[in-house]
Amino acid sequence: MAGSFISRGFRGRRREDPAVAGRVPPGQYVTPDFPVLSAGPTPHTSPREWDFTLNGAVDPVRRWTWEEFRALPRDTVTVDIHCVTKWSKLDTVWEGVSLDTLFAGIEPRGAFVTAFCDGGYTTNLPLRDVLDGQAWIAFAYGEEPLAAEHGGPARLLVPHLYFWKSAKWVRGLTVTERDRPGFWESLGYHDYGDPWREQRYQGD
Amino acid sequence: MAGTAVPGRLAWQLASVAAKRQETPRVISLRLESDAWAGHLPGQHVDVRLTAEDGYQAQRSYSISSAPEPGVLELTVEDIPDGEVSPYLTEVLQPADRLELRGPIGGYFTWTAADGGPLLLVAGGSGVAPLMSMLRERAAAGSDVPTTLLYSSRSWDEIIYREELERLAADPTLRIVHTLTRSHPADWAGYTRRIDAAMLAEVAGALLPGSLAYVCGPTRLVEQVATDLVTRGYPPAAIKTERFGPTGG
Repeated sequence: MAGSFISRGFRGRRREDPAVAGRVPPGQYVTPDFPVLSAGPTPHTSPREWDFTLNGAVDPVRRWTWEEFRALPRDTVTVDIHCVTKWSKLDTVWEGVSLDTLFAGIEPRGAFVTAFCDGGYTTNLPLRDVLDGQAWIAFAYGEEPLAAEHGGPARLLVPHLYFWKSAKWVRGLTVTERDRPGFWESLGYHDYGDPWREQRYQGD
Repeated sequence: MAGTAVPGRLAWQLASVAAKRQETPRVISLRLESDAWAGHLPGQHVDVRLTAEDGYQAQRSYSISSAPEPGVLELTVEDIPDGEVSPYLTEVLQPADRLELRGPIGGYFTWTAADGGPLLLVAGGSGVAPLMSMLRERAAAGSDVPTTLLYSSRSWDEIIYREELERLAADPTLRIVHTLTRSHPADWAGYTRRIDAAMLAEVAGALLPGSLAYVCGPTRLVEQVATDLVTRGYPPAAIKTERFGPTGG
């Protein structure tokens, strides 16, 4: 059926803009907005209560307070983000701490991580997808402190995967030897979530 | 936070448009039929895919507004000015046309009669669609779970499902409260402002054990209501949210 059906009378309003050619994955459209999607209420955690932990199959377990975390070297990155609900947003500017910085001097004994968050949200990723300059714990967006509705004080930023992997309100990563499905991954969404292969749902 | 996993791949299926109903000046409902449709859980959505003759495709997600039923589903679509998919669904697509979709999708923002309550549903604009699926399921199941719908619309004419909601409200265990935020009839005695903490306190009443809240609408409404419900003592895990907005269309 795919590839043969034509929607009668559909012309499509937005053809690919040459300026963004090759930057919009299949099934996505570009939006200037920054939609907010969350499954429940927005947690409001003050920096005083906030910390970030690397635990599980790691040696040693590490924990940073907000002050310690903010004293780490930071990157400013400009990336495109892709939400499984079909919107993509180009050239978003974030400031955060690279996961490479957080994992420096730590010996992981597993190939997967589960991000855990205020509010109970979790998401799973292969460890190799959050190292080598691919992931950050972001605390600023567009030169402003990250708003709570967008995941502040800090969220995971893994722009090469669908944005549900970029967990809001993140408080740490647990390294695991086996891949453990997170919140949406247990509810029918794809385990890995590569937007370029349109891995939205299980089996895609 | 357990839910229903979706086994196997969600295949695209061709549904045919059995009926198209104008709900308000800017909102329509589509009744779709597909032999491959196995039913859904109230609150779930589908992905719709349009294909132009040159192969160009566009996808969007729409909540299912009908009660679960094999072979049949209804989508409620708001015409988003400047949108790409919603103008096609509201203006071009007609009965007997076909529409490609896959689903149902989403296993968290769902309610069935077995989930119980008391149930508080809070909607803004077309965010009422997935909540309507819950209300229709509730009626079809003969559930007497005490239920309140607090529904914010811009005007009387923009209340989606208005007459059906009036009929449903004959059920003494279902209470429906409207607020009209931009304009209202001269004899309107109801709320005329955006949903706020005071309105929630009046409408939702005392928090009872087992209470569940589902909030769907624009981000501003969802953020405000969810935060106010936490303040009122709802456990965060008892508040489920879904966002609707004009983005993308």
